[in-house]
Amino acid sequence: MQSLQNITSKFIPLRIENVDTDQIIPARFLKATTKDGFGKNLFRDWRYENDDETKPKADFVLNQAQYSGAILVAAKNFGCGSSREHAAWSILDYGFKVVVSSFFADIFKNNALNNGVLPVTVSDAFLQQIFAQGPNDTLSIDLAAQTITIDATGAFETFEISAYKKTCLLNGYDDIDYLLSMRDEIAAFEAK
Amino acid sequence: MGNTLFGKIWDKHVVKQITDGPSVLYIDKHFIHEVTSPQAFTGIEKRGASIFRPAQIVATADHNVPTMNQHLPIADQLSRFQVDTLIDNCNKHGVTLYGLGHPNQGIVHVIGPELGITQPGMTIVCGDSHTSTHGAFGSVAFGIGTSEVEMVFASQCIMQTKPKTMRIHIEGGLNTGVVSKDIILYIIAKISASGATGYFVEYAGSAIRALSMEARMTICNMSIEMGARGGMIAPDQTTFDYIQGRMFAPKGADWEHQLAEWKTLYSDADAHFDMEIHIDAADIEPMITYGTNPGMGLSVTGALPTMESFTDATEKQNYEKALKYMGLTAGQSLLGTPVQNVFIGSCTNSRIEDFRLVASIIKGKQKDPAVKTLIVPGSQEVAKQIKQEGLDKIFEAAGIEIRQAGCSACLGMNEDKIPAGEYCVSTSNRNFEGRQGAGARTMLVSPLTAAAALLTGKITDIRTLLN
Repeated sequence: MQSLQNITSKFIPLRIENVDTDQIIPARFLKATTKDGFGKNLFRDWRYENDDETKPKADFVLNQAQYSGAILVAAKNFGCGSSREHAAWSILDYGFKVVVSSFFADIFKNNALNNGVLPVTVSDAFLQQIFAQGPNDTLSIDLAAQTITIDATGAFETFEISAYKKTCLLNGYDDIDYLLSMRDEIAAFEAK
Repeated sequence: MGNTLFGKIWDKHVVKQITDGPSVLYIDKHFIHEVTSPQAFTGIEKRGASIFRPAQIVATADHNVPTMNQHLPIADQLSRFQVDTLIDNCNKHGVTLYGLGHPNQGIVHVIGPELGITQPGMTIVCGDSHTSTHGAFGSVAFGIGTSEVEMVFASQCIMQTKPKTMRIHIEGGLNTGVVSKDIILYIIAKISASGATGYFVEYAGSAIRALSMEARMTICNMSIEMGARGGMIAPDQTTFDYIQGRMFAPKGADWEHQLAEWKTLYSDADAHFDMEIHIDAADIEPMITYGTNPGMGLSVTGALPTMESFTDATEKQNYEKALKYMGLTAGQSLLGTPVQNVFIGSCTNSRIEDFRLVASIIKGKQKDPAVKTLIVPGSQEVAKQIKQEGLDKIFEAAGIEIRQAGCSACLGMNEDKIPAGEYCVSTSNRNFEGRQGAGARTMLVSPLTAAAALLTGKITDIRTLLN
């Protein structure tokens, strides 16, 4: 897993609530047996008319040239529904490093963290402040300090993340190596 | 202070608590399937590690399999490769696989309980959000991502933060025409698609106690649709009777020993829950969803919310988006809406009792000729029971074909899809945009309400057919 450092970036505003993982990556793309190349199908059916890449839907924010950046900002309950980690792989492969919302579904949040994508939970009011910014405005995320700042106004909030997960992200550590190192301890637990 | 049912099981499975971090939680049973496991197998192989406890893993092929002609090679090349990859991986790593053609094959959340693998007090995970189904047996069961599948391969543990607890009491007798699917659709409509996020839910009360195991599974199955980490029901005599004698159930002295243990699995009288919700069963009517998340549900005789009922601008905008997708109007009633498709199946409602319910309504009648059907048993065993009980004859006489076991049109990964713009009255669990095929319009209902639509070709109050 790649480590995550401080980020200052423009952002893509997705003013949709309850974005489920079927929208993030439709089931027909889950036939893959690797983690690669999901970015091109991110939000596939919101992005294209009749699944046709030559017909981007002009009203969808990913197709609007003025918006870009490594931060996706979405309305509440982002990532609900299916546990498919392909959703996190799609977001990462598309180029996002951070997703901001006022509320995340639990499984998505874990999946994002396990792939080095940082979910940042902000208050409803702060989310609205972000949505009020223009396409050239930037957000800054300081993971060590656990802050997210709207650079144009200086307004900021602190966000929650466990000390353990923060260390993992900052250093690119992954849980699986840690658990492999615990095998003796786990075998002892089984024997009890 | 006493402990909750959830707390008792969780605490017993914590190998280690990381300071200001998650718990290392031991997993008793790990179910896997073809869609969310291949990258985890690749991952563990890349690390040069073996699977730590292969005997605690059970695999099946369900999400991406055809539901016709399963004896033939899978036509879709990608699907075939994915299913073959599962076979290779299971062979290589010594994992039990109930693949296509095996009598134990079926939807992972149908076969686990059916085979007696799912038992009270266990921790159970699977790379599938509907793993909460197994909570009906008083187990702590929940869906995980593929990285977590790899964690369990590596160590038979996952890293997990202990969720908060919620208890939902449903008291009283159910109204005529109301079954367990209506109870859970009612709860989700009441608390919303995110109302239980961060919580593990226990369902309790006299209405729950009166339900069969299959009906309880339907309820626990949809816990995720309100955001819950999982859902569970304390085991009782109904649970023990269901398990006893099944293929992998404990036998002899082991059964007696386990049973004594299982009888300690309940929330203590003074247990603390972070949230408690009380529901009167008498308030629940046959339910249906009208929108694009499972929280957008109402009584089948009800009217859709009016535009004026929304104060928040974003919520209003989202409601408009859902109505446009569904081709519906604010304030309208759904009764009489023409239905082009009926899907009966999925890990929510594809068990033998579901087929019995549908058969009881369609017996001696013909389906509406305009309705296209996808009728899919949850497992080979359910398909066998359907034949043994002669239900297949009832469906056949009604002009309805029964397919072979798999997830089918619940998620539209195989060829079982609903055409764009058409309505599908569905016993599955999700009505998301495109869930059953690009542009498909899903309305979630109970098997009874689905049976009513089969006969009438429109949204119908099942109670009008019961008299």
